[in-house]
Amino acid sequence: MNDLTPTREQRTAALEGMGCKRKRVEDIRFTQGRGNYVDDVKLPGMLHGDFVRSPHPHARVKKIDDSEALKVPGVLAVITAETLKTVNLAWMPTLAGDVQMVLADGKVLFQNQEVAFVVATDRYEADDGINKVIVEYEALPPLVDPFKAMDADAPVLREDLVGKTIGAHGPRKHNNHIFEWTVGDKEMTDAAFKKADVTIKEMISYHRTHPSPLETCQCVCSFDKIKGELTIYGTFQAPHVIRTVVALIAKIPEHKIHVIAPDIGGGFGNKVGAYPGYICAAVASIVTGKPVKWVEDRIENLTATSFARDYHMTTEVAATKDGKVTGLRVHVLADHGAFDACADPSKWPAGFFNIVTGSYDFPTAHLAVDGVYTNKAPGGVAYRCSFRVTEAAYCIERAMDILAQKLNMDPAELRLKNFIKAEQFPYHSALGWEYDSGDYHTAMRKMMETTGYAALRKEQAEKRAAFKRGETRDIMGLGISFFTEIVGAGPSKNCDILGIAMFDSCEIRMHPTGAGIARVGSKSQGQGHETTWAQIIATEIGIPADNIMVEEGNTDTAPYGLGTYGSRSTPVAGAAIAMAARKIKAKAQMIAAYKLEVHEDDLEFDIDGFRVRGLPEKFMSMKDICWAAYNSVPPGMEPGLEAVSYYDPPNMTYPFGAYLCVMDIDVDTGVYKVRRFYALDDCGTRINPMIIEGQVHGGLTEAFAIAMGQEIRYDEVGNVVTGSFMDFFMPTAVETPHWETDFTVTPSPHHPIGAKGVGESPNVGGVPAFSNAVNDAFSFLGSTHIQMPHDFWRNWKAAKDLGAVA
Amino acid sequence: MIPGSFNYHRPASVADAVKLLVNLGEDARPLAGGHSLVPMMKLRLATPAHLIDLHGITALKGISRDGGNVVIGAMTTQHDLLASEEIARSAPILHETALLIADPQVRYRGTIGGNVANGDPGNDMPALMMTLGATYRLEGPGGVRDVAAADFYQGAYFTALEPGEILTSVSFPAPATGHGCAYEKLKRKVGDYATAAAAVVLTMASGKVATCSIGLTNVHETPLLATDAAKAVIGTSLDAASLKKAAAAASAIMAPAADARGPVEYRKHVGGIMVTRALQRAASVAK
Repeated sequence: MNDLTPTREQRTAALEGMGCKRKRVEDIRFTQGRGNYVDDVKLPGMLHGDFVRSPHPHARVKKIDDSEALKVPGVLAVITAETLKTVNLAWMPTLAGDVQMVLADGKVLFQNQEVAFVVATDRYEADDGINKVIVEYEALPPLVDPFKAMDADAPVLREDLVGKTIGAHGPRKHNNHIFEWTVGDKEMTDAAFKKADVTIKEMISYHRTHPSPLETCQCVCSFDKIKGELTIYGTFQAPHVIRTVVALIAKIPEHKIHVIAPDIGGGFGNKVGAYPGYICAAVASIVTGKPVKWVEDRIENLTATSFARDYHMTTEVAATKDGKVTGLRVHVLADHGAFDACADPSKWPAGFFNIVTGSYDFPTAHLAVDGVYTNKAPGGVAYRCSFRVTEAAYCIERAMDILAQKLNMDPAELRLKNFIKAEQFPYHSALGWEYDSGDYHTAMRKMMETTGYAALRKEQAEKRAAFKRGETRDIMGLGISFFTEIVGAGPSKNCDILGIAMFDSCEIRMHPTGAGIARVGSKSQGQGHETTWAQIIATEIGIPADNIMVEEGNTDTAPYGLGTYGSRSTPVAGAAIAMAARKIKAKAQMIAAYKLEVHEDDLEFDIDGFRVRGLPEKFMSMKDICWAAYNSVPPGMEPGLEAVSYYDPPNMTYPFGAYLCVMDIDVDTGVYKVRRFYALDDCGTRINPMIIEGQVHGGLTEAFAIAMGQEIRYDEVGNVVTGSFMDFFMPTAVETPHWETDFTVTPSPHHPIGAKGVGESPNVGGVPAFSNAVNDAFSFLGSTHIQMPHDFWRNWKAAKDLGAVA
Repeated sequence: MIPGSFNYHRPASVADAVKLLVNLGEDARPLAGGHSLVPMMKLRLATPAHLIDLHGITALKGISRDGGNVVIGAMTTQHDLLASEEIARSAPILHETALLIADPQVRYRGTIGGNVANGDPGNDMPALMMTLGATYRLEGPGGVRDVAAADFYQGAYFTALEPGEILTSVSFPAPATGHGCAYEKLKRKVGDYATAAAAVVLTMASGKVATCSIGLTNVHETPLLATDAAKAVIGTSLDAASLKKAAAAASAIMAPAADARGPVEYRKHVGGIMVTRALQRAASVAK
């Protein structure tokens, strides 16, 4: 060897594989304004559509008069439910087994519901047309409070369901009832409560909120009458699912539907579902024979496309007097709005809410969820969340603090006492999950040591004494959150969407010169898949990440996948990528053995090629193997170097983390300051630490927003009053706290590379940390639970209600 | 969020702008920075048939000193105010307040004239102008007239501007040397209107308040001058009792709407706190 021979470290570094803080390759175009988003798609002769929306939360539609609208220059068509009925598309199926009006069919059920679709030659004319459509309504009494949904005298919302006592998920108790979902052992849990030394009970609400991607939902639909083909460019987190749904409901053969999700400006769950805009644009294209674009504005996005959360969780914990939990009982009232458009795996009406036992070893638990209809926008989606895991984590993390308060125990100590122990994994939870791996005690202790938790508690005690002496008007709170997530939906044994198992896929094609393309069934909306997917392949097969192009989002070229949401991409697609890469590697090994004239078993993989065991100078690089794959493969072997993998995960993955929020609140104004926020995440094997850090920063910022003010609020008569960023809290860099990140690594035992997924962890774990900090600050004044969001005036009100402000 | 169609005019002089406003009548609106009008147009809550863009009138821009008065052209942007040494020297409260208006992008476009002329109770400059004893110059078909800021605001979006009139400049006497000032604004986030805000300009003599003026933002349908609150502290050393009296007097004239910023009681309560804090901070910087 001479000095020019790269060292093993240099060869590994040259790959920029797993563990490397590789810069995001997609950012080169994003930061230079060279992304290609849906609104950048401009097709010849393209028309624009926009909606007439209902000003009423609940009303009968008596008449729609489009005659004046059609006189507006440029307006070509006004599509109503009657038009859609001619193609049997006035209603569409939801992912939750319900049906949803595409356009108001006789009634409107929420404010800003889509009533008519005006198609014009440009966007301005479409809007001019909207203002000329005259809709005659007869107002009906609105149902706003979900707790009144099943009252005997509650208004009938869904006339299409009158008399139907069985819904998609079993019996319905009332016409506004959607489903009741129960899990766990009721008898055993009731018995645990009877025996308990100590119990707590609290109604913990997680308010309605909404994802806010930079880019709203949009599409361009283009129907080619000659070929009978429909091309849809759209902001889809799951393009293949959209293709299948369109094939099923529009009766167009699936091979004649081309769904293309180009660059997407954020999703956060908002872009999983199918929305009326997509159907109307498609029908408008079929009707006019021209491409039709639909682009939602921010008000429409916040008020009409799917919301998130709106779970009202009556939570009870049973425990011994020394703080060992013995039972958990939760009843959830879930407000789904006018249609159950929940974006969950089909058999899970409340998502994976049964992860609600959290990180704790509950011997028994029982859960019941009742879903109800109200006159609000339909949903809900998993806002940076794996299907109601955020709600579950908030529920249990708040409940543990409440229990600690009742027991007069430190909440950290209570958690340490009840954690599932490292040796208990794989752990079977009382509500039916098999946790793959974890080391909770280590993570918790690392958090406590790094933050100086004991000293912070001491400072808090001093501050409280000073407050009581009248020396300060600030109160201090410490918010702990120790969450366990369940992500990577999911194994075909329990997860499907409309009957399609929730696998994911990858196809790798290596070219002769040692470069290649990987096509994947996931779809990045900013997560950086083009960067990280190439890193997995780089480490697996020894080709530099820079030589691997990653492509997603085009259903004609990408293998069928279930898309990106619920932190499923790394657990599922990431596994498919590793498995496809291993198939490439296996064939490469056969080619190398042939070229090096040894038996395959005599070869070992060495960073970027194969080496003959015991003969280190006999080496063939992957780059050379790629070339050989196209000219000198062993006799009987097909040339080429390609592989496909469809990966059906054997289990979910269970990322976890320990967070601490330190907050000071001025009781006179309610103004809070997040003094410190520490987030330790364990997402198993870390593919790109820089991207993980970015994900954590983003998720914590969203968690901060949600906990401290971000709310979709309706007034008592059903008007949505948070329709713009003036009132829907969207923090800027100025309001956003500084984030400290940390990690432990507990690989998933069943995942090919041990990775668990991280995108949603900070949102799941962040919200309880903020809320617990606020609640902890006020607890010494006598409160047990203060509902979110914790904005300034509500903090002041809490202080006032507790007698701390005159 | 797509505006209706409108005609666009860009006059080069105030006289031409006035002529257009007079000729086009009620359907015409002058356009300054556009931060209030354009969003309303996008929601079609405002549907002017004609927009008269004032950006072409160079005479409307600039900051100058006229004897003891500071004169600011209506089309001077918030950014211009922040960049002005004259403002930093003679009216630091204006600098401080401009910095609390939204974000740099907004301040590059937003103008002082638009901010004070629109009559939006959420805007920060009107209460400040009242506190500084400013006068607005209005030019219209009937000629030029000066109106005190304190007499200008009649209700939310209702002002003393007559049809055809344009607010062309604001002027105020430079506060006394050694004065203290503060603008305390409670807001939920950058870009938000105040939940409540208070402007204070005062002078101190021998440890006691000699003169004081207090303005209030977004706690009433118009900006307010809190005269009784100011009276309550004159002659005092801003002791706890006087501050309490001032806050109570200020709260007494507040009539905010309940909105997402909080219920009426909260907004009045924090309005009083803003007055207290502004008084204390102004006194601490007075010489």
